[in-house]
Amino acid sequence: MTLNERLQNVTVIGAAGKMGSGIAVLIAQEMARIKLMPENRDKVFRINLVDISEKALDGLRSYLHTQILKVAEKSAVMLRKIYEDRTDLIENADIINTFVQDTLALTNYSTELSIAKNSHLVFEAIYENEKLKIKILKQLKRICPADTLFLTNTSSIPISYLDEKAGLEGRIIGYHFYNPPVVQRLVEVIQAKDTTDELKNIAQELGRRLRKKLVPSNDISGFIGNGHFMRDGLYALSQLDSLKRQFRFPGAVYVMNRISQDFLLRPMGIFQLIDYVGINVFQCILKVMRTHLGDTGLRSKLVDKLIKLGIQGGQYPDGSQRDGFLKYEKGKPVGIYDIRKKEYFIFDDKWTQKIDKKIGPLPDGFVPWKALLRDPENKKKLAIHFSKLKNMNTPGAELALKYLKKTKAIAEKLVKDGVANSYDDVNAVLTNGFYWLYGPVNDYV
Amino acid sequence: MAFLRKKIYALAGFNTISLGTGRKEFHPKKPRPGIEHYIKEAGLGAITQVKNPDAIDEGVIGNFIAERFCKQGNLGGFFPMVHPTFQYKPCIRVEGACDSGGLALVTAVKTILSDVADVVLVIGVEVQNSVKAVYGADYLAAAGWFSGERKKGHAYFFPDQFSRRAGACFKKFGKKKVRQGMAQWYVNAIENARKNPNAQEYHNRNPELFATAMTPPNPEVFCEHINVFDCSKVSDGGSAIIFASENGLEKLGVEKKNAAEVIAFAQVQDNLTTPPPDMTKLSTCEVAAKKVYERAGIKPNDLSVLEVHDCFTIAGLLAIEAAGFADYGEGADFVKDGKTKADGVIPTNTTGGLIGYGHPTGATGVRQAVDVVAQLSGKAGDCQVRIDSNRPFGMLSSMGGNDKTVVTMVFKKPD
Repeated sequence: MTLNERLQNVTVIGAAGKMGSGIAVLIAQEMARIKLMPENRDKVFRINLVDISEKALDGLRSYLHTQILKVAEKSAVMLRKIYEDRTDLIENADIINTFVQDTLALTNYSTELSIAKNSHLVFEAIYENEKLKIKILKQLKRICPADTLFLTNTSSIPISYLDEKAGLEGRIIGYHFYNPPVVQRLVEVIQAKDTTDELKNIAQELGRRLRKKLVPSNDISGFIGNGHFMRDGLYALSQLDSLKRQFRFPGAVYVMNRISQDFLLRPMGIFQLIDYVGINVFQCILKVMRTHLGDTGLRSKLVDKLIKLGIQGGQYPDGSQRDGFLKYEKGKPVGIYDIRKKEYFIFDDKWTQKIDKKIGPLPDGFVPWKALLRDPENKKKLAIHFSKLKNMNTPGAELALKYLKKTKAIAEKLVKDGVANSYDDVNAVLTNGFYWLYGPVNDYV
Repeated sequence: MAFLRKKIYALAGFNTISLGTGRKEFHPKKPRPGIEHYIKEAGLGAITQVKNPDAIDEGVIGNFIAERFCKQGNLGGFFPMVHPTFQYKPCIRVEGACDSGGLALVTAVKTILSDVADVVLVIGVEVQNSVKAVYGADYLAAAGWFSGERKKGHAYFFPDQFSRRAGACFKKFGKKKVRQGMAQWYVNAIENARKNPNAQEYHNRNPELFATAMTPPNPEVFCEHINVFDCSKVSDGGSAIIFASENGLEKLGVEKKNAAEVIAFAQVQDNLTTPPPDMTKLSTCEVAAKKVYERAGIKPNDLSVLEVHDCFTIAGLLAIEAAGFADYGEGADFVKDGKTKADGVIPTNTTGGLIGYGHPTGATGVRQAVDVVAQLSGKAGDCQVRIDSNRPFGMLSSMGGNDKTVVTMVFKKPD
């Protein structure tokens, strides 16, 4: 079966979630594009969107509408060509609205897996829980046609393990989108031991169609993305012990967050990133990796403690940030959780200035991540930034350089352990999936 | 014999900020002033410069398409809102696409010539940031022939019309030179806008303007031969200027030395349903320039300052040729050589033009008059260029549609 034939009936499981809803938008718009080709207009196309509650599906409906509208507005040039023969559609607004209607008309919503019975392509994007994933994949194997291909969005569970447990005989591949899938270009592609050639080809072809940057990762728990992120996060967490003696706990969190964001020029500080992903998700992925890799070091007592206290980060259903290590107002950090007092400490300029003074200034001519992102000369400026950092001899510069070395060592180990095929692949994941300006394997340290 | 049967003067010009992307205070999701705000701000900005605003007899409002951007018609109804003494005085709204402002100027002059008024306040206004550009493009497409052209047209209808002109010029005159001329036009526009606190590009600090202007086009999401930097801005703004006869000046309490004389104008209309006769020239603009020079009894080199309608960089190059400053096909070289810069042979669009100041469509023609008069009166602030006493004239050329509706007007420096 060709990809276009498979795209006539697709199911997304976990479609109302953060990842599933994004995948639904991407696939639905590609299906609509094919459906609107003159030769396909008589054919029926369906995308079945499955999640556990009707309420979640209601949210998904409105998310899809908003997102498809955005896509359509950006694709007006192409859409005018697609609807060239519709003499009733003249203005961009007519064409955009029709495309939104035509795309939403392909969607089916259900809380029942049985709706996948005619799907030849299934995306699995449920919560990162391997028992549940295996259970659902097993059920789908019974429900779907015998040739259905499965793309799982797991970010940590080995694909060969899922394949074996669910008995899919190679009809599964890891297709790990990054959050949010409609924006992030990266997809990590993980072949299981027995993944069929047909599925490998389909995965590549689909990536091209969706204009994603596909980076291969080997089938080792955590893959490249979480293989790096988890260890990078654990390193930052480990530094809190020594830092809290000098700065107390909230101060220590502030310091490592600032070092990673400003001194290392990342899009957000490490604790803000853990909050964004969700402390509970962070914990859950660590557990999966610990189990599959047998590495007991992949654990953070602090994270376990926070989860017990109900501090879990992640996002509210409306997409706004839930408090975690940091407390947020309108998406901006305003406080830090004080684990000793079990409450948020709200910081002010006086407090941050005091700590900033202790760790020392940023290199002269500092340009923040956002400005560098659009700067065509950013490679040169990064080199200058890091070379200045090396000559600064401040506590902040020292912490930053240590972190930079650690990050590089983590990346090198991923290649040594056979998770990534090359340093370039690790760098590609961090730059495309995490929006770093530079890869962890670099000449800056 | 003078073209106008009596002397008419222009004075007390005022431009609001051109609001839109580029301005620090602009945020697409935050509430912004509506069209009535700009009418009032611009109108008051003009009339507070004269002693006796009650001497104003009539109003003219130039606006292209408030019905769609703002769901607002009957714009004349906002005239009495500007000042209490305007209550029950006549006001008319005129429309001619992006030349609406130019037509408003001409309407004021004709009204005074007809002896029914001595003083007319002209206000141009447009508010365009009310919708995303992809929908605004539909509204602006009304400047073309809707039933004949829109369906087969591009998503960005007007940018594409001028992209095709750029493509035709690339083919005929050589891509490298025309492309570089267009880029230089952009550089000049931004450099001039940086001197104009009301300009939309006033805050632009890009050190690599030429490189930015040379960004390759992306036909998948925009046009084939032009990039977004080749386009004028999506803008909210208003402009106002007073036209008065000699009697009118007296009634206003303004001396002649504080007003520029209107020497001549031309108003030229081409058929909206026919394609441009030549994609590589602005034929209607050329007719309008020739006519106004003849009526004013002057030649291009009698001008010290020029305002042309650079809705796109390529339109800027072609407008320079149409105004008689460069031969056919040589506008790009003329611009590339710096001859339109503030210190060049003919300082052009000295406050930023449509690309640097912004293009609140219905206000643009009025804004051009305000800026030419300010230059001739020595009141152009940081944008001031040298007004040679041997060349005491300034001209504006305002265009609507794809070279369809054109107004030219020549002003003379106050004695």
